[in-house]
Amino acid sequence: MKKALRDKSLFTMAAWPVALVMFFPIFWMLLSGFKTEVEAVSSPPRLVFQPTLENYAAVWQRADYVRHAANSVIISLGSTLLALALALPAAYAMAFFPTRRTKNALLWMLSTKMLPPVGALVPIYLLFRDLGLLDKRLGLLAVYTLVNLPIVVWMLFAFFKDVPREVLEAARMDGAGPAREMLNLLLPLSLPGIASTALLAVILAWNESFWSLNLTAAKAAPLTAFMASFSSPEGLFWAKLSAASTMAIAPIVVFGWLSQRQLVRGLTFGAVK
Amino acid sequence: MSRRQVPGPDQPAARRLRPISRTLPLKLPSLGVLFLWAVVPLVMTLWFSFQRYNLLNPGERGFARLENYRFLLTDPGLARALINTLLLVGGVLAVTVVGGTLLAVLFDQSFFGRGVARILVIAPFFVMPTVSALIWKNMLMDPVNGVLAFLMRLVGLGPIDWFARAPLAAIVIIVAWQWLPFALLVLLTALQSLDSESREAARLDGAGPIASFLFITLPHLRRAIGVVIMIETIFLLMVFAEIFVTTAGGPGLATTNLAFLIYRFALLDFDIGVASAGGILAIVLANVVAVFLIRSVARNLEA
Repeated sequence: MKKALRDKSLFTMAAWPVALVMFFPIFWMLLSGFKTEVEAVSSPPRLVFQPTLENYAAVWQRADYVRHAANSVIISLGSTLLALALALPAAYAMAFFPTRRTKNALLWMLSTKMLPPVGALVPIYLLFRDLGLLDKRLGLLAVYTLVNLPIVVWMLFAFFKDVPREVLEAARMDGAGPAREMLNLLLPLSLPGIASTALLAVILAWNESFWSLNLTAAKAAPLTAFMASFSSPEGLFWAKLSAASTMAIAPIVVFGWLSQRQLVRGLTFGAVK
Repeated sequence: MSRRQVPGPDQPAARRLRPISRTLPLKLPSLGVLFLWAVVPLVMTLWFSFQRYNLLNPGERGFARLENYRFLLTDPGLARALINTLLLVGGVLAVTVVGGTLLAVLFDQSFFGRGVARILVIAPFFVMPTVSALIWKNMLMDPVNGVLAFLMRLVGLGPIDWFARAPLAAIVIIVAWQWLPFALLVLLTALQSLDSESREAARLDGAGPIASFLFITLPHLRRAIGVVIMIETIFLLMVFAEIFVTTAGGPGLATTNLAFLIYRFALLDFDIGVASAGGILAIVLANVVAVFLIRSVARNLEA
């Protein structure tokens, strides 16, 4: 017993410093958002100060911040819903009516994820220019739908595989057609799985920063691209940078904590469970 | 398994085709749009890579044969970009795989406040790349007012001007900070499937903690480590936003990786042909890794 307690204390002393160091940049950003600009840049760093909300007010009052936040919400939710609408029927068919080619189809979908985006940058940029989709929310929404579609199909496929077959077969005995089977049984049964798939898709879309930087500008830019505008002179305003950053990442960090287990499954395509 | 497995060849053709044709409409939208997304840009990139095509000079178009590839391969920036890509991928992999393995073992132990500590340690993975890069560049790595400079002075060393003296190392640190939680999360998940019986057996056989790490834990994690390496490699080959907001590839070419080099050809020089040739090179490199990853996932799909 005594040894167990000693081990536990030892591991506590080893693990917590690591956790605190890893979290420190986020903690520091959180703190700096409540400082005045002078306090934020002061060296030695200030731990004790009179917290202020003026940075949040200043960032929030900039009309463009609200617009870019709205862009992030619209693009990440829209692309997630669209990806789910496309993926649900496909994953249903692949999980319950597998053919010889299902496995290859799944692997092929996975392989599209591995095309480096820079390989497609030139044609996508030119196509978007010609179609008038540059700096349009619709364009980025479409790209994110396609980028996330393989992961969404894979995760839904894995969740559908876990649904006990007996339940479905009992329903079929009762004369339920495929549509009713899907709506009345499968969706409720796999709702937790669908929810965590959606959560992961939202996280990935919210944080995606290659296409957003290259395909959007002042109008349609989501927060990833908007935050990049702090990279030059505005980066000098650390307190405002911190407040804007905190607001940009807060919802997604919380989502991430909620979905960590499914995240492993989704990002490793089921290779690690 | 399935009630509708594909019927054998002895059955009539009409019946054999039925399940496929009935579920095809369900799958076609997904497969169709992905096919377009994967194939059309690829074909276009390949086509452009053999074209003389600059957006600043759109009149002068034509077949360029291998000119773009020759230009790319003799560009002094390419060798530098490839070396930087290699250093970036290798550096981040070394930190995240070794660190992630050790941390996974540590965070698998029972200790006080484990749930909260785990939440804190994985948080960096959910921070958008542009924000993490800016926070590190300004508030942590700034040579005058940054926290790291303060700590260096505190221990009597001079502060490091990270982005002037060691820009690539600075980027490696930022990217590793983002990806260490991913390695930790995956390896922790893999560790939890290691049954306590084999650990207990090892302990009873008198294996110390180091021996049981080397002979029980590491072999168990081997496949998961492989998956982490491959997935990270695919993402790390494309690191872009972190470079874009901190150094823009500089000073000089010090932090230009392949992704950034292609971006420069495409959207700063508007040289569509050369950028496309670079894109093809990036696709070839990524595919080398992808083949291994797909094989390992396919093996898992059988089970």
